[in-house]
This record gives sequence, structure tokens and C-alpha cells, in this order.
Amino acid sequence: MLLVVLEHDRGIMDEAAREALTFGRKLAAQMGAPLHAALIGADDAELVSEAGSFGAETVYTAVHEVLADFGPEAWGEAAAEMIRQLNPAAVLAGGSERGNEVMAQIAARLDLPMVANCLEVDLNGGAGEWNITRQQWGGSLLEDACLVSERPLLTSGLHTLAAERAEAAVEPVAQAVEVDLDPTLARTVVKDRVVLEAGVTLSTAPVVIGGGRGVGSPEAFAPLEELAAMLGGRVGCSRAVTNNGWRPHSDQVGQTGTRITPEIYIASGISGAIQHWVGAKASKHILAINIDPEANMVVKADWAVIADLHEVIPAITEEIKRRRA
Amino acid sequence: MRILCCVKRVPAPGAKINVTDDGLAVDASHLGFATSPHEECGVEEAVQLTERHGGEVTVLTLGPAEAADQLRYAASVGAHHGVLVATDGSAWDPQRTAAALTEAIRGLEAADGPFDLLVFGNESADSGGFQVGVRVAYALGRPIVNGIKGIEVDADAGDGVVRARREIDGGFEVYELPMPAAVGVKEGINLPRYPTMRGRLASKKLEIAEQASDAEPGGQSLVRLHRPRETVTETVILGNSPEAAPAVVDVLEELGVV
Ligand SMILES: Cc1cc2nc3c(=O)[nH]c(=O)nc-3n(C[C@H](O)[C@H](O)[C@H](O)COP(=O)(O)OP(=O)(O)OC[C@H]3O[C@@H](n4cnc5c(N)ncnc54)[C@H](O)[C@@H]3O)c2cc1C
Ligand SMILES: Nc1ncnc2c1ncn2[C@@H]1O[C@H](COP(=O)(O)O)[C@@H](O)[C@H]1O
Repeated sequence: MLLVVLEHDRGIMDEAAREALTFGRKLAAQMGAPLHAALIGADDAELVSEAGSFGAETVYTAVHEVLADFGPEAWGEAAAEMIRQLNPAAVLAGGSERGNEVMAQIAARLDLPMVANCLEVDLNGGAGEWNITRQQWGGSLLEDACLVSERPLLTSGLHTLAAERAEAAVEPVAQAVEVDLDPTLARTVVKDRVVLEAGVTLSTAPVVIGGGRGVGSPEAFAPLEELAAMLGGRVGCSRAVTNNGWRPHSDQVGQTGTRITPEIYIASGISGAIQHWVGAKASKHILAINIDPEANMVVKADWAVIADLHEVIPAITEEIKRRRA
Repeated sequence: MRILCCVKRVPAPGAKINVTDDGLAVDASHLGFATSPHEECGVEEAVQLTERHGGEVTVLTLGPAEAADQLRYAASVGAHHGVLVATDGSAWDPQRTAAALTEAIRGLEAADGPFDLLVFGNESADSGGFQVGVRVAYALGRPIVNGIKGIEVDADAGDGVVRARREIDGGFEVYELPMPAAVGVKEGINLPRYPTMRGRLASKKLEIAEQASDAEPGGQSLVRLHRPRETVTETVILGNSPEAAPAVVDVLEELGVV
């Protein structure tokens, strides 16, 4: 069997888990193995049937008092315990922060290799050898890897495939698995949650006005703020900007910042280094404002204005005001 | 507090990542090197914790002899000790890396006593295996949580407690790890300082303890690196001056975002 470890937060399935089920369905077909799922800390009927809609035939559930909320060690041990009992041929999870973390806990506990953020997985003629293509550098570079393992532990690259339900939904069998968990595993269970004010965030904004080193100072972001506010969007920035302390890290777009997906990203004074690009490339459209026509951001953009951003941004704002008047 | 940070030396590519002819490494012949960003913040966090609570920071790296540069950089921003587990520069898989780091930490702890806190990055910037910190912490019996963007140490609670924050959609979670503990941190936890003149001098004097490791390769091996296929875009130049503004707003109107 191929076992997919489902990520959920207090009973709501994460998109990464749906992606893993989709990925897993294809892999299971290739292996000629049934697709099953593991549900940790919940035996919720809705989650079970959702897993079925993605093709999972059996959903194994583990419920225990240390699994009441998320905890990487408790989840990792519960999943490892299920794997010891069920002996799946391979185990998969979504490549989210939690998905990768729980898989690493499983790998440490079972002393098996783990391959994170896979794009393609091929059984290399059996015998415990697998050909894998995976992401490095947050997806800017790919690695073909060879995995030798009697039980591959994998995660699927986050948002590298769209979650798709199975053509024929299965009404899965839910089956409880007894897991005996040491109470000390509670030491890394979530103790508290703080909800901050919700609003448009960088990752959900329909418009992002990006500023890079070319903006020049924290004060010079004011016109970008004004334009973003007018369009119901948010200001984003490059790492050069956060490193200079001009903007908080929560505004940073890129490999070690936020992945943005706006209708349009207006990137001004940003050269478009690969680590920035990887966070910007899912934007539906990109407009670059740069004095350098050769800048990578310009070359990769749909539209560009080759001029000083300090003049262009206010001119755009004025033009919008004029048309709205 | 005794804190240990694990950092990795990575190339710092610009607009493109080029791969060597054999496909086994990033072509760094024209590139500088850096400490993986999450880990750079890890060092800063450790230094700040010792500034608040007293103690010392040891920085540990596994890599080629040149990785000593990253240890010296850490010393220039306040770390006290540097340890290098030397390799021939080839890519080590996560299991092998974790085994070697575990062995090195065991040795350091046997000599000078346990570390109160082990600090890792959430993931390394280049290979991004998302596991070395978890494997090391598990092998050493320490609790670990990844994705950490805020740390407070309460030294008075029992043997000490690390209160750690992790960002989630629309807020954050709080964890309380009993010390000795481990964390995987992310960039944004702090703003790393720049080296001072005094720091630079200290870094030159840093004595680096060098070790070798005979850790066995794990199950994953690198076959070839390659760039993902990219779609080529024809960029439409809307203008070369602020006079382009009406054309820009036309585009925004077309997209329906005005
Ligand atoms: C492991 C690693 C991870 C990284 N992660 C990230 C990340 O998550 N996000 C990120 O952004 N970077 C990241 N970086 C850094 C990245 O490599 C670049 O250094 C950074 O993105 C550069 O920022 P920039 O484009 O603002 O600055 P620069 O590269 O200096 O570019 C400035 C641009 O502004 C233009 N310009 C200057 N003046 C003007 C003006 N008046 N009007 C218009 N244009 C002007 C210039 O022509 C130039 O193109 C990472 C690096 C490493 C090594
Ligand atoms: N070669 C290395 N030397 C020191 N620390 C490392 C090395 N590789 C990984 N680490 C640590 O383990 C974390 C996770 O790495 P990875 O599993 O490669 O994503 C990194 O952020 C580092 O803190």
C-alpha cells in the first residue's frame, strides 16, 4: 500500500494534503498498490470522506490524548507507529511546513531516508531503487536523485500540482489504529494560538507593489504604499530591503519570504535575482519598473517601464486619480 | 546559556543558477558564498539570547575547508566558538550530514557539557532537505519544533523553558519546549546585525576546531542538477519615462484591478 499522511488543522484538511493525495493516486497506480490514508489526531467523518473523494480506500485513524492539537513529535511518533503496524510500501505527505516536518520526524524515528519536495517519482525497475526529481533552492533548481530504500518516505512539492478529486469517489473504510504514545511527547504540542487581525495579506493580495534596493530608503516607500492602498493591494519588497531594515521581513517576497499570487505584481527597483523570482513567478501578470532594461525582472516581465521608479509610481497614482475624478 | 548553531555554506547566485558540467554542483566559479539565510538569523538569535542571559555561542558547520569563512562571519557578529566538520566539498545527503553533526555535538558535549539550545535553520537554502535538524535533535533526545519566528527563554521555569512562536495563517502558535531543546528557525525572526570593526578583528583570531567524520552515506544520492524549464516572455515596453503612466493604467484597467 501507499500511505498518505494527511495534514489537517483541527479537522480542516490542508490543501497540501489534497495535493499529496492527488500525487499519491498516480504513484499508487504506477506501483500497482492501493492508496490508503493516515489521519492523525482525528477520526472525523468529513475528513475520511474527503480523503475518499481523492481515491483513498482505507483511512487509518489514530486518536490519543497527546494528539489533541498539532505537535511534531507526537504526530511523527503516531505516524511512525502506524507505519510499523501497517507496513506500507511507501509513505507520502504534502510538502508544506508541517508536512515536511512530520515526515522528518517519521524518518528520524524509523531511521529511513526521506526525500522532500518531489516532483516526479519513478520505480526504477523495482528492487528498492527509485528515481526522483525534486526541488532545490525553493524550486529554482531541480535535482535528479536516486533513492535506495525499502520504504520511501516522500513529500510532494508544495503547489507544484493541482489537487484533483478521483473520477470515481470511494466511500472509504475508516479503521482505528491503536497507538501507544509516551506522554512526554506532549512537550512539543501547541500550547496556545494567537489570532491576529485578518485582512489582505501579502500572499492573498490581488495587487502587490514591490520595491527593491532601487527605492533607496524607508521613506521612499510612501508612494508605493499610496498606490497599493488605492488598488486594495499590499507592498512587497526584496531581501536587499529587509536586510537594510527598511521594511519588515513580513513584506519580503521570495525563497525565504512569501510566495505571492496576485493578478499583477508591479516590481520596481528590483533586479529579479533567482531567489526573489521564485517567490514572484506565480503572479498572474508582472510589470517591472527599472532603469536597467537588461534587469532579469524586466526580461521576465509581461510589461516594463524603463525609467526612475520615483517618477513613474507617482505618475501612475496621479493618472488613476485623474481617471477616477 | 550554551547555544549551538548549525550553519551551512551555500553559493549566492544572482539572476540564474548555473550548474557545473558534471551536473553535480552549482557552478560557483563566479559567485560569492553566504550562510543560508535562516541560519544567519539563527546565529543572530543565539547571540541575542546570550547577550540577554549570558553564555556562549558555538557555531558548527559541515562542508569544505572554505566553510571556515562562514564560521568567521558568525564570529564577526558575536559567536564565540567555531567547529568545522571537513568534507571534500561533495554534497552529503541528509542522513549522512545529520549523523556527522550528531557525532560532532556529542563530542563537544562530552568535553564541555551539554548545550541548552540547538539552533538549526528550517531548511538549508540550497538542497532544502527539511530534515537535518529534526534528525539530529531526535538522535540527541531533544525536543524540536520547526518554523520558529520568535524565541523567549524563561530560565527560571524548572530546567528552563523555550517559548517559541510559529507563524500560521492569520496568527501564530506558541510552543513551550523544556530545555535542553532544539529549534528550526526562519528568516524574519530578527534582523541580523552587520559585523563591526571589533567583530571583524575577533573573527580573524577565531580558532576553528576541525574534525573529520566517517559517517556512512544514506539512501539518497545526487544524480544530476538541472534548471527547470522556463517559459520565455516577450516583454512589452510601455515607455521610457513617467509619460508611460497612462499605458500602465490601461493595463491595470484591462486586468480589472483599478
Ligand atoms: C539563499 C538566498 C536566499 C535569498 N532569498 C531571497 C528572498 O527570499 N527574496 C529576495 O528578494 N532576495 C533573496 N535573496 C537575495 C537575492 O539574491 C538578491 O540579493 C536580492 O533579491 C536583491 O534585491 P534587489 O533586487 O532589491 O537589489 P539589487 O539586485 O541591487 O537590484 C536593484 C535594482 O534596482 C534598479 N534601480 C536602481 N535605482 C532605480 C530607480 N531609481 N528606479 C528604478 N530602478 C532602479 C537597478 O537597476 C537594479 O535592477 C536570497 C539570497 C540567497 C543567497
Ligand atoms: N552541512 C551542514 N552543516 C551544518 N548544518 C547543516 C548542514 N546541512 C544542514 N544543516 C542544518 O540543518 C538544517 C536543515 O537542513 P536541511 O535538512 O538540509 O534542509 C539547516 O538549516 C542547518 O541548520
